[in-house]
Amino acid sequence: MLDKTKNDTTKIEAKRTQEPIVVRFAGDSGDGVQLLGAQFVRSAADSELNFFTFPDYPAEIRAPAGTTFGISAFQIQFNSDTVLTPGDAADVLIAFNPAALKTNLTEVKTGGLVVVDEGTFNKRGLKKAGYDADPRDAGLGEHQLLSIDISKRTLEAVAETGVGRKQAVMARNFWVLGLVLWMYGQNRKPVNNWIDKKFAKTPDVLAANKAALNAGHAYGETMELAVQSPASPLHVSEPYRVITGTDAMALGIAAISSLSGLETFYCSYPITPASALLHALAKIGSGIRTFQAEDEIAAVCAAIGASYGGAIGVSAGSGPSLALKTEALGLAVAAELPLIVINVQRAGPSTGMPTKTEQADLLMAVFGRHGEAPLPVLAPATPGECFDIMLDAAKIAIEAMTPVIVLSDAYLANAAEKWIVPDAEKLPDLRPSRDLPDESNYHPYLRDDVTLARNWIIPGTPGFVHRIGGLEKAHDSGDISYDPNNHDKMVALRAEKIARISERCPPAEIETGAEEGDVLVIGWGSTYGALKTAVDNLDEAGHAVGHLHLRRLWPLPRGIEKIASRFKKVIVAELNHGHLRRLIRSEYLIPAEALNRVSGQPFKIADVEAEIHQLLNR
Amino acid sequence: MNEIALSAKDFTTDQEVRWCPGCGDYAILKAVRKVLADIGRPPHEVAFVSGIGCAARFPYYLSTYGFHTIHGRAAAVASGLKLARPELDVWVVGGDGDFLSIGGNHTIHVLRRNIDLNLLLFNNAIYGLTKGQYSPTSAIGTRSPSSPEGSADSPINAASLALGSGARFVARSADTLQDHLPEILKRAQAHKGASFVEIFQNCIVYNDNAFGPITDKTAGPDVVVRAEHGEPLIFGKDREKGLVFDPERNQFKPVVIGDEATRDQIAHHDETSLTLAQALAVMDGPGAPMVLGVLYCAPEATYRERLPENYRTKPLDRSALSDLLLGAAASR
Repeated sequence: MLDKTKNDTTKIEAKRTQEPIVVRFAGDSGDGVQLLGAQFVRSAADSELNFFTFPDYPAEIRAPAGTTFGISAFQIQFNSDTVLTPGDAADVLIAFNPAALKTNLTEVKTGGLVVVDEGTFNKRGLKKAGYDADPRDAGLGEHQLLSIDISKRTLEAVAETGVGRKQAVMARNFWVLGLVLWMYGQNRKPVNNWIDKKFAKTPDVLAANKAALNAGHAYGETMELAVQSPASPLHVSEPYRVITGTDAMALGIAAISSLSGLETFYCSYPITPASALLHALAKIGSGIRTFQAEDEIAAVCAAIGASYGGAIGVSAGSGPSLALKTEALGLAVAAELPLIVINVQRAGPSTGMPTKTEQADLLMAVFGRHGEAPLPVLAPATPGECFDIMLDAAKIAIEAMTPVIVLSDAYLANAAEKWIVPDAEKLPDLRPSRDLPDESNYHPYLRDDVTLARNWIIPGTPGFVHRIGGLEKAHDSGDISYDPNNHDKMVALRAEKIARISERCPPAEIETGAEEGDVLVIGWGSTYGALKTAVDNLDEAGHAVGHLHLRRLWPLPRGIEKIASRFKKVIVAELNHGHLRRLIRSEYLIPAEALNRVSGQPFKIADVEAEIHQLLNR
Repeated sequence: MNEIALSAKDFTTDQEVRWCPGCGDYAILKAVRKVLADIGRPPHEVAFVSGIGCAARFPYYLSTYGFHTIHGRAAAVASGLKLARPELDVWVVGGDGDFLSIGGNHTIHVLRRNIDLNLLLFNNAIYGLTKGQYSPTSAIGTRSPSSPEGSADSPINAASLALGSGARFVARSADTLQDHLPEILKRAQAHKGASFVEIFQNCIVYNDNAFGPITDKTAGPDVVVRAEHGEPLIFGKDREKGLVFDPERNQFKPVVIGDEATRDQIAHHDETSLTLAQALAVMDGPGAPMVLGVLYCAPEATYRERLPENYRTKPLDRSALSDLLLGAAASR
């Protein structure tokens, strides 16, 4: 098939746009699509653009090349204005092979541009993707097609650098990056700087990647592909950086030790997608201790041991990890020790879809322990909030002497956005009180009158040796007690201690949209961007729809009932079969409706809007 | 360190001990209190962490810091405690269920990591607190409520498992051997790194006399070799028996000195030899004695000592935190 670049229909009018742009890259797991995406982000951030990314990859590390199940994708939405989601559908898809086209074509907007590597559309590639005929022959329906022999052009571009064929083919991602940087008027310099640093030890690879980058860029220029550069964003005076939820969370954990003066002891066992957090923290090193335990149970138990020793124990994992930690969480509830357990939720049950997102662990987090074992549950809404939520979690854990669960998810963990770096001097003081009680009347379950937290005296303190454990304690001596009335009292005390946390936290507030009216949309966690955008859109269209987004799932913040009473209908939108909805219904007796999707994918704004529309019309 | 003389009483709490009368745990508790007093570290610098089971009630009876955790996980909790508070003397107490069944994974990993903990396995070869089911150290054919026709499982050799896990200190003793156990406990405490002590403990209710006559004053000497570094492996009431290496079976065998071998042929204990330790740990066959004592002691760097320096630093100050947060932030 001929190079179709000279076909005028593929040209896009040159313009500076205020509209957000969505680009999606898709290729084999080994094609470097995620790296390509990350480098595009580097350039967008350098231009002070706002963006939100969505790496969408399989669990297989290197599935057989060219197959549909090995396709890894990266989507980015960027704009001069605020960007809250990676976008429902792509304006441009770059497909590295037929399988990438097959699996990702549905992600392209009607009328969107699809760029494919013609070099891979041979008999073998088509067959592996399961195509009987070349899909380009019939055209791509409503989409525009741009077929370029990227493979060949990359090989030509890097021929002089002396790299082997395998390495040369690997440079395709930089060729594509060059092309895309041209298409959106973005600077190559940050990428070149990165290449200089990253490949300093392999000069031939360095040269090949740069040659490919420049060749892709030059191709766009020579072919006069239209440039659609985003309008200049408002200048940001504060320092900012690109951050993923994982990185933000790692920084938050590092900040806990700094702000509390306590050692942070991070224990985990590798599991997708939470492992990235262990890597990030191990890299930070100083101020944090990481411990790769032999299993999930050992991870949380070592964290509990560290907390018992006066550190802040933190243990993270995903889905099955939290299931394995439930017994130890019960111990932390009974022993009343501060502890933070992070669950980067993924699609379940069982192994489910390890790299895909879901919010179906909420009820496990809130109730999933034997006995009456209440504990606070928090959830960040954006990648950047993964930083703040860790400080909140630490504050609550220390103040109330309780384990806290933080629910992130695969989508938040991997998504990147522009993050205004907080001023370290202005972050809260998390230092615990170390005032010793009167030695003569001491027992380990003496409580603060206000918070009901027990005192936290750490081993090594002279004069206060004591024993704690999972057996029920007498409320007034800390000794083992099987007294029925005492148990009843202790159960009530532990519940009250957790309930009081919401008294110290700000009440619920409408996030966006109407303060009263027809429909209140309640959400939590990573669905924030999609829900807010959908409600904003409906609001602009004149509907009285409000959005309430919860960061504290347990105990629920004050004021939800009041807000809900100002709306005719309440709908709870979440990526599960109605976990928060059940909580809202049972706590407030509100007939909340459900907006659920459990596909492993984040909400699409359009789908949310459509469902709210339906409710409005009912 | 021993500035103020301490006695066993200084390590005794006001809690009433709730083990069955005649339980071997009483003898172990007595030995531990004595050893703690002899070592002389003030009670607040000592912590006992336990799992679940009869043995795991131990911390309640010692006036040190104590944490009674969940079944099998004591070694994991203690690992976190010791890494957070390296200056504490941390002991882990558990039974054969705790250490070898539900918590077996933690046992092997705490040993290979060589975290500086003193691990005391109270091996009574039965599940006591759950009323007498067979345990991972019960002999094949043990009749119990869960194995009325006799158990089919082969027992774990705890010392051998510990050695195989990479433990650098492995010892054996028994509950009522008050002329032996305290010294072993002192050696274990003094050892830097994970020290593993298997204590044969009698469960008078569910598995009485499971370890036969090894603690018996008269019969014991005939069935027990007390291994001591550099000394010949001799036993018997009149010290008339010894161990020689049998090249035909490639393992040790008991002999009568004079009749079957000369005194010079008796093997000497070398606690730095892993090969010897394993051979002594797994020795069986007709007339084979039980080897007690320090089977293996070969210190090497502890987990903490192996950590890179920056993993041991104090929390970052605000200015260091600021640098960390900014990272490669663009600022204009």
